[in-house]
Formats: sequence, structure tokens, C-alpha cells
Amino acid sequence: MQISAVHEILTALPYLLKVGMTFSLTLTVLAAVLGLALGTLLALCRMSSSKWLSVPATLYVNGMRSVPLLLVIFWFYFLAPYVGAWITNSPTPLQVGAYRSAVITFTLFEAAYFCEIMRAGILSVGKGQVSAGLALGLTFAQVMKTIVLPQALRNMTPALLTRVITLFQDTSLVYVLSMTDFFGAISDIASRDGTAVPMYLFAAAVYFVICFGASRFIHRFETARYAY
Amino acid sequence: MIQINNVSKWYGGFQVLTECSAQVKKGEVVVVCGPSGSGKSTLIKTVNGLEPVQKGDITIDGQSVTTPKANLHKIRAKAGMVFQGFELFPHLTVLENLCLAQTRVLKRQTEPASVRARSLLDRVGLSAHSNKFPGALSGGQQQRVAIARALAMDPIVMLFDEPTSALDPEMVNEVLDVMTDLARDGMTMMVVTHEMGFAQRVADRVVFMDRGQIIDDCSKDAFFGESTGRSDRASQFLSKILRH
Amino acid sequence: MNYQWSWASFSELSPDGIHTYLQTLLIGAGWTLALSLLAYFFALVLGSAVGVMRTVQSNPARLFAASYVELFRNIPLIVQIFLWYFVLPELLPKALGTAIKQMQQPWGQFFPALLCLSFYGAARVSETLRAGIRSLRAGQHQAALALGLTGYQTYRLIILPQAFRIVIPPLTSEFMATIKYSSVAMTIGLMELTGAARSMQEFSFHIFEAFSAATVIYFGINTAVVSILSVVEKKLLNAVANNPSTAELTTLSEVKQA
Repeated sequence: MQISAVHEILTALPYLLKVGMTFSLTLTVLAAVLGLALGTLLALCRMSSSKWLSVPATLYVNGMRSVPLLLVIFWFYFLAPYVGAWITNSPTPLQVGAYRSAVITFTLFEAAYFCEIMRAGILSVGKGQVSAGLALGLTFAQVMKTIVLPQALRNMTPALLTRVITLFQDTSLVYVLSMTDFFGAISDIASRDGTAVPMYLFAAAVYFVICFGASRFIHRFETARYAY
Repeated sequence: MIQINNVSKWYGGFQVLTECSAQVKKGEVVVVCGPSGSGKSTLIKTVNGLEPVQKGDITIDGQSVTTPKANLHKIRAKAGMVFQGFELFPHLTVLENLCLAQTRVLKRQTEPASVRARSLLDRVGLSAHSNKFPGALSGGQQQRVAIARALAMDPIVMLFDEPTSALDPEMVNEVLDVMTDLARDGMTMMVVTHEMGFAQRVADRVVFMDRGQIIDDCSKDAFFGESTGRSDRASQFLSKILRH
Repeated sequence: MNYQWSWASFSELSPDGIHTYLQTLLIGAGWTLALSLLAYFFALVLGSAVGVMRTVQSNPARLFAASYVELFRNIPLIVQIFLWYFVLPELLPKALGTAIKQMQQPWGQFFPALLCLSFYGAARVSETLRAGIRSLRAGQHQAALALGLTGYQTYRLIILPQAFRIVIPPLTSEFMATIKYSSVAMTIGLMELTGAARSMQEFSFHIFEAFSAATVIYFGINTAVVSILSVVEKKLLNAVANNPSTAELTTLSEVKQA
């Protein structure tokens, strides 16, 4: 049984990697980049003194963070075609495609979490730093740029990177839309050949190696930054 | 009472204590001083085993602290320690702070423990605060409670790790007064401190440390006197401190 | 746009012939709450043990606890629940495995889901508690030892009472998180709230009514839980307010929470 399981995995490997893992990784990277951009915007809005910016941003972030990702995945899968139609004034729902709706979903979802990490990072720089900068004669903008943001970025980077790892794990949920990410590919093979046990164990092992490796790397990066 | 023999300690590759030897006889008050990073806090924490040592041995009242089989809990119950940061337990009242170890370690009954606690609080002048939480007390008050907490265990020796360094200047004296009374009553004390005035008044001997080594170990008079009873490094150190 | 919203869809009968769609959604919410409450409770108990193990002196204990946490945090939740549901019965002795596979719906899905969420939640609780313990000043541990207290006494009387008070805010948000990730149970067929909404969408084609209702119900649960927990938090945190050494801790929790 063991040998056939290994054989099974090896024969499936090209498919798993070329189709499945590629999907997972590209989705992760796209959603991370776009999500960080949107998250930065949201963070700035939340911290702005204008109510027109801070209130909608806060509502968005809190709303996104209080519903399960699975629900959001379903929402955007069905909503995206209608919104697309509304934007392009088309009479019928637009064909957005499963992949694009997944990118939109994860971008919009993760942006809320990135926003909170960034806010916490900025707020974690002590007020005394701002006071010291102002006391030296720097303007508020200069203080932000040269004193607060560099420190804030260093503080928030490990948390942001960890969140990207979480995002990578979360992409496995596209299973519910029958999309072929790595886990979807595993499931396909498992149900086609009836080899659930070795395939799912293999999937767990692969995810573990990738995520654990990545988190160790982040940890090293985090401890290295203290070496002034 | 306390014997420190050739103690060396490393943090990873860095040696923090080098061949330190000293002793504190019964009833003696020994002050340990020196610049920052000299290892004096580390040294006093090795005495009750809070910091392990890689070489050398330490005994309190004849019982070894450094052997693998040492019953550290019993030994620590006999050695009272007062910390720079007071370290009262914030979730317990002052009275509870004093009674906790009496009941849990010495297995005293609650009533006698309470009585002993109150008499000690009285001795340090804080009986009015027995039901307050540490957060409601000033630094000087907290440190006096900490001293009382250590005394509640009826120790044979008291260890002080820079007891006044974290205090506002106006509270330093109230703590030093308690420590002076303690010394006058004959308690064996080992005190790490910068307070040279206290050392001059109360100490029997002074140990000067620098960079993990014991440089001077002499009587108070020899250390503070005009004659060359102390090393050049010690003289340098004193001149920097005593300028004010 | 040609989507026809229909309020009446909620009173349509669902495929099981007995309940309306609205009722299936509410029943689903019930499953979500039941699953979340139980899983959270088990996660607290197990997670506290693991969290303590991560901070003690003993190297084997620390290694075990660290491995536990890394294992459950580096595998996606859907993979974990599939392992509990599909793989575990195969790896157990035949009789036990068959008994599990023959368990009636929905218990046959509920228990694997509960196990999965409990073990996963415990890893998260452990990390929260560990951060709380490590945030205490080293002097507290040293002062307790200096008085002659044993390691066990130090943890029970000094470290843990303080650490638990510190981690109350992150632990309450951990419960909110449990409610959210309980939705993964739908992937093995448990009709909790998200699953019920998906089912309504699949059979009635009233897509947005289904998911809107689910969203509203999640918001509702969220609001209710937040209100209840903030009352509980306030009562518990009043004790913490006396202690200056614990006052700085809310910023630590915020950074760690996100």
C-alpha cells in the first residue's frame, strides 16, 4: 500500500504542481500585492481626520472582519458578474470567470486585515518619537516620513508577511467553487482514484513545509533587524 | 553564612563573572558596588540560585546552592531577596503578598501568618495599607512592603539587588532607613547598591566589582579611607559617584 | 440589471420539505453557535495547557508544545478538516473507523468538525497565552522563586492569574474568530450558517437573498457576542485596572491580534 501511494503521488505531481500550485501561488501573490495597496489606502483613510474618509473605511474594515471568508468567496463569485454588468452597462451579467472573482475576493478581504496591521504598526511608534522630532524643528510631514514610517514599517513587516502566509493557506478555500488550486487538484485526484488518505496527507505535508519554511524565514528576518 | 568560591558564569560565549570569591559572615553587612555591567546584580542572583553558574560553588549556611541536588526552595526560603523593581505581586493585596509564601512554602496557618505579616508591616511603617493593592502605593512604600515580604519568611540572610535604584530621590531614604534598622538588629546582609552614604554608615565590608571580576574586598574603613586600601579603578569609580 | 429580489423566497419550503428557507438558515446559525461554543471551550482548556508548556523550563515540553502549534498553524483549515473527516477513520482500527463512518448525519460531520476546530483553536489560544505570559516582567517569576515557591506554585499563584487577565481582550476576539472559521465545516457537509445559505442558493436560485440573510445573521451574532463579552471584559478588567504593571498591555494585544 505504501509503495503504490508514493507512486500515486509521483505520477500526480506534475499536474498538482503545474496546475494546482501555480494557481495557489499566483493567486496569493496577486491578492497580496493588490491587497496591500488597498490596505494602505484604507489605513490612511481610517486615520484621516475627515469623517467622509474615516467612517466608510472603518465600516468596510469592520464589516469584512466580521464575516467568514467562505461567505465572502460566495458573495463575490455571484456578485462580480452583476457589478461588472452594471459598470459596463451590459444587459446580461458579465462573465468574470472564477479566477478573476477569486482575485477580487481575496484582495478585498485581505485588505481589511492588512489595514489593521498597518494601523497597529503606525500606532505602535511612541508619541514621544513624534514629540522629539517636532522639538527638533521638523514639520509633521517630515516627522512622519523620516521618523515614524521607517519604524512603523519595520514593526509591521513580520506581521504583514505572516498574514501573507495565512492568505496562501486561505486560498485553499476556493475548493468550494470547484477551482483547481493545489488543494483542489489534490481533491480531484483523490476522488478520481479513491486515494484520499495518501493524497490528503501529502497535501498537509506540502502546505506544512511551505508555510513553516516561510515563517522560519520571516522569523530570521525579524530577529536580524535588531542587529544594528 | 554565605560562601562564594571561584564562581564563573557565561551567557553563551560571553563571560559575565570571572573567578569571583567572597564571603559574608553572620551578622555582617557587605556592600557590593561597581559600574554598570560589572556583574554585581548577576553575582547576587547566583547566591540564591536564580542565576545558575557554570564554575565554582556557593553555600548558604553550609548548604550548597550549586550542586545539582540542591533543594533550592528550602534554601530560598531562608534567603530573603529584595529586587530593584520591587516585584510585588500586583493581583494580590499587600497582606496577601506577605502571607502567600508563609502559607505555601513554610506551611504556616493563615492566622499566625497574618499576625506575623501585620507586625512586619508595622515595623516598616505601613500597617495602614495592608488591604491595598500594590498599584496604589508609591515606589518607596512598595519597596518597604517588599522588604517586609522577604522578612516574613524569617530569613537568616537578606539579599538586596539595587533596592533604591528605581526610586524617586525623596523616597530613597525611607527605604535606606528600614535597611539600616535591619542591619542594626544584626541581620546578615549582602547589598548591591550605588548608595555610598549607606555603605559608609552601615557596611562592615565593601566589595568592588568591575567587568565581572572582584577587584576589591576590604573593610569599609579601608575602602573609604584616605589611604590606598582600594584599587585605582575603585578610586576612579568613587570619584565619579561622589562628585554630587 | 435583471436580478429579481424576492422576500418571499424565505418562506419557501426547502428541499427537506419540512422547514422554510428562513428556518434552515436559523437552524444553520444554531449549528454555527453550538460548534463555536464547544470548540472554543475545548480550545481554551487545551490551549492553556499548551501555552504554559511553551514557557516552562523543560526542553521536551517546550519542543512538544512548539511542534503542536507549528503543525496546526501551518496547514490550511480545510485540509485539516478533511484529514479529520476522511483520513482519520481510515487510520483508526477497523471497528472504530467503521463506527465513525456510520455515524448519523449530522453528528458524523459535527464531531470531526468539533475536533478539528478544537485542536486548531487550541494552537491559537496557546500563542495568545504565551504572549501574555512573556509580557510579564521576569522579576515576577524571580521574586516568586526567591520566596521559595516551586515552579508549579509560581505558575498557579503568580504567573497565570496575571497572564490570563492580560489576555482577556485577545481571547474574546478569539471567540469571534472561532465563529468565522467554523464555516469551514460546510466543506464536509455540516449545514451550519454558511452551508445553509449556499444550499439555499443552489436549490432556490435566490442567490443574494440567501447570502444577505447569512451576512445579516453573522453581523447579528457578532454584535450580540461583542456586547455580552464587553460586559464580561469590563467586570474582569476592573481588577487589572489597579495594577500599573498590566496597564500597558492593550497595545501589545492590538499588534498581536491583527
